Amino acid sequence: MTEEIIIAGFGGQGVLSMGKIMAYSGVMQDMEVSWMPSYGPEMRGGTANVTVIISSERISSPIIKHFDTGIILNQQSLDKFEDSIKPGGVLIYDSNGITRHPERKDITIYRVDAAEEAGKMNSPKVFNMIVLGGFLKVKPIIRMENVVKGLKKSLPERYHNLIPMNETALQRGMEIIVPVA
Amino acid sequence: MAQATGIKEIIKPENLVYRKTKVMTDNILSYCPGCGHGTAHRILAEIIDEEGLQSETIGISPVGCSVLLYEFIDIDWQEAAHGRAPALATAIKRLLPDKFVFTYQGDGDLAAIGTAETIHTCNRGENILIIFINNGIYGMTGGQMAPTTLPGMKSSTSPYGRDVKLMGNPLKMTDIVATLPGTYYVTRQSVHTPVNVRKTKKAIRKAVHYQKLNKGTCFIEIVSNCPSGWKMTPVEANKWMEANMFPFYPLGDLKVPAEENAQKTTNSEKND
Amino acid sequence: MEKELRLMKGNEAVAEAAIRTGADGYFGYPITPQSEILEYLMEADPYHTTGMVVLQAESEVAAINMVYGGAACGKKVMTTSSSPGISLKQEGITYIAGAELPCLIVNVVRGGPGLGTIQPAQSDYFQATKGGGHGDYHLIVLAPASVQEMADFVELGFDLAFKYRNPVMMLSDGAIGQMMEKVWLSPQKERSKTVPAWATTGKPATRDRIIITSLDLDPNGQERFNQKLVAKYNEIREKEVRYEEFQCEDAEYILVAYGTSARVCMKSIQLARAQGIKVGLLRPITLFPFPTKRLNELAGKVKMMVSVEMSAGQMVEDVMLSVNGKVPVYHFGRMGGIVTEPEEVVDFLKSKI
Repeated sequence: MTEEIIIAGFGGQGVLSMGKIMAYSGVMQDMEVSWMPSYGPEMRGGTANVTVIISSERISSPIIKHFDTGIILNQQSLDKFEDSIKPGGVLIYDSNGITRHPERKDITIYRVDAAEEAGKMNSPKVFNMIVLGGFLKVKPIIRMENVVKGLKKSLPERYHNLIPMNETALQRGMEIIVPVA
Repeated sequence: MAQATGIKEIIKPENLVYRKTKVMTDNILSYCPGCGHGTAHRILAEIIDEEGLQSETIGISPVGCSVLLYEFIDIDWQEAAHGRAPALATAIKRLLPDKFVFTYQGDGDLAAIGTAETIHTCNRGENILIIFINNGIYGMTGGQMAPTTLPGMKSSTSPYGRDVKLMGNPLKMTDIVATLPGTYYVTRQSVHTPVNVRKTKKAIRKAVHYQKLNKGTCFIEIVSNCPSGWKMTPVEANKWMEANMFPFYPLGDLKVPAEENAQKTTNSEKND
Repeated sequence: MEKELRLMKGNEAVAEAAIRTGADGYFGYPITPQSEILEYLMEADPYHTTGMVVLQAESEVAAINMVYGGAACGKKVMTTSSSPGISLKQEGITYIAGAELPCLIVNVVRGGPGLGTIQPAQSDYFQATKGGGHGDYHLIVLAPASVQEMADFVELGFDLAFKYRNPVMMLSDGAIGQMMEKVWLSPQKERSKTVPAWATTGKPATRDRIIITSLDLDPNGQERFNQKLVAKYNEIREKEVRYEEFQCEDAEYILVAYGTSARVCMKSIQLARAQGIKVGLLRPITLFPFPTKRLNELAGKVKMMVSVEMSAGQMVEDVMLSVNGKVPVYHFGRMGGIVTEPEEVVDFLKSKI
């Protein structure tokens, strides 16, 4: 099993940390993982993206052009990465701020309105966990217990009191993700 | 004594008034006649001997006339790249904090190519001694203009005299480092007369003491001569130094420890 | 004690491995894409646990000269930087090589020349393997291709450095420095208490003074020293070559690639083999010494070799020298901070078959 994922959005949306939690969860499940961020000036306020690979085998290239799953959180990233998803792959996006919706017919498209849901939960910081929940619903490659372990590993101890809220957010994401016909 | 005395009869242990310190090696000094380096080396070696520091000392020699300093003083040495001695000393002292660590650098080494290392080492207050020999010229490479060459002073790269509009002003590095909070003791001395030799030796001894107390950077400038580079006899060179170098680089302490100041005041009050 | 599993960036792995292997000192200066190393060490504050000194120097030049000073005391000291910073360090590196001092230098390479880009590249191969500074010398050059190797090569680097009294460079790149992978970390080791006989620590009455220098004004003396270095480098060539072969057994074509490019090529091989092209990878782990003999052997068994590097073609020269005309050798790779894509390698290979 190898899952090649791109997560892309604005800096500040928790793109890199979502990838890190995903990768750590993979580690907890005894998988091989790689987490390759875009780095440099674009980190500072602009777009951010990270490639996460989770595999049962040794990972070859951490930098790839085609992905099994794209998790897309803003318009620029949708424009940039829609075509990078392998035929038959999955695209998950948040429709918040999207003016041109994804159009491909050879992939499965899901919408997870996480920004809106995070607003309802009165907790904008769990936005990325709602998205991650949606992903795990569609691609249950990591067991929830290992995701919680991954969260514990990637969050500093002083934030461990926030783990229950993050679990709730993961659950909400699983509930609100919908396929786009 | 009725009999005529020959030289062999004078050189007897009971007549001994001066001996080469054992911390100096038997290697013949490579300096020109009249050069101040030899005297500076000797008093440094004497301090290391008298303070029992031979087994505790790591010296860093520079690039310049004193590049072969490690041939003359019998201690462990590191030879640095041009200007980098304070960086070496920083690491040595931090890794071996109980050792006595000093650099010995000329003006080109310390005040031109090594300016950044000098200033930042002093500013961090590295607990080392920096000995700075300032003779206003690049001696080893054949008498070129140094950062400390005086206005109007001739050198092989300022053959018509240093034109400060064209070539910039001489840099008073000692005055600069005295303003830095990391330096503890900053003084400017010379070694061209017995009195000055004694003062310089005293300054080095103080610096050794302060380093033991972990006080910060001690910086001793020795204003010196370069008879070959200045194209003078040794006597002329020393006279020229007194007449020209000392007014620009006045001798004396630039920064003395606060407690020593207090001590001095108390003493002078007592004397009064 | 068991190894500890962590998910870390390559840069963080270097820093943590340095602490755990018992390094005595780190001297560095911030530069992207490797500043995490200094940041990590400052936060970890190992001086209060292992006694490891960590200092932010005023310049790259000062940092490498601090390494000189520490190394000459027989201490395990290191510095890290990225390409423009490594250029600044070259003076210190040649002095360290000339004084035969051990140390570890990590170059997390970014694209150049000049200020270039902060994105990953492999364009410092010549600088790393052919000397870099002035004079006849070599570094031992290790090329990590994973975060695990970023950690492991810290200890290996120090071991080789002290074994041969020679500076060791870890030639990484921005991709490996910035990416996170699983890494198994060795347990904490104590800092070494043994002092090498050649180290300056203060001269006791029982031995002669030690002089660490790279200066010899007598040409005959200097030539004897050069010959000694040559002999040392030949011994290193004989004993320290390291490489990995990947699907070379039945290969008709060989890709030669190190670091990030090697990882890319592993994917390319997977793609190419799916199309029936029998291709394998030789990944040099030591770039100096280079796996010359093995490449020459392989050249007798295959039809072609391609050196894949993120440069204008640097390692390809060593591949050509190794192959010595037996089969065609090509270079392929992207530059400017662009990581070569696996598909591009396959396309290039096909264009040459």
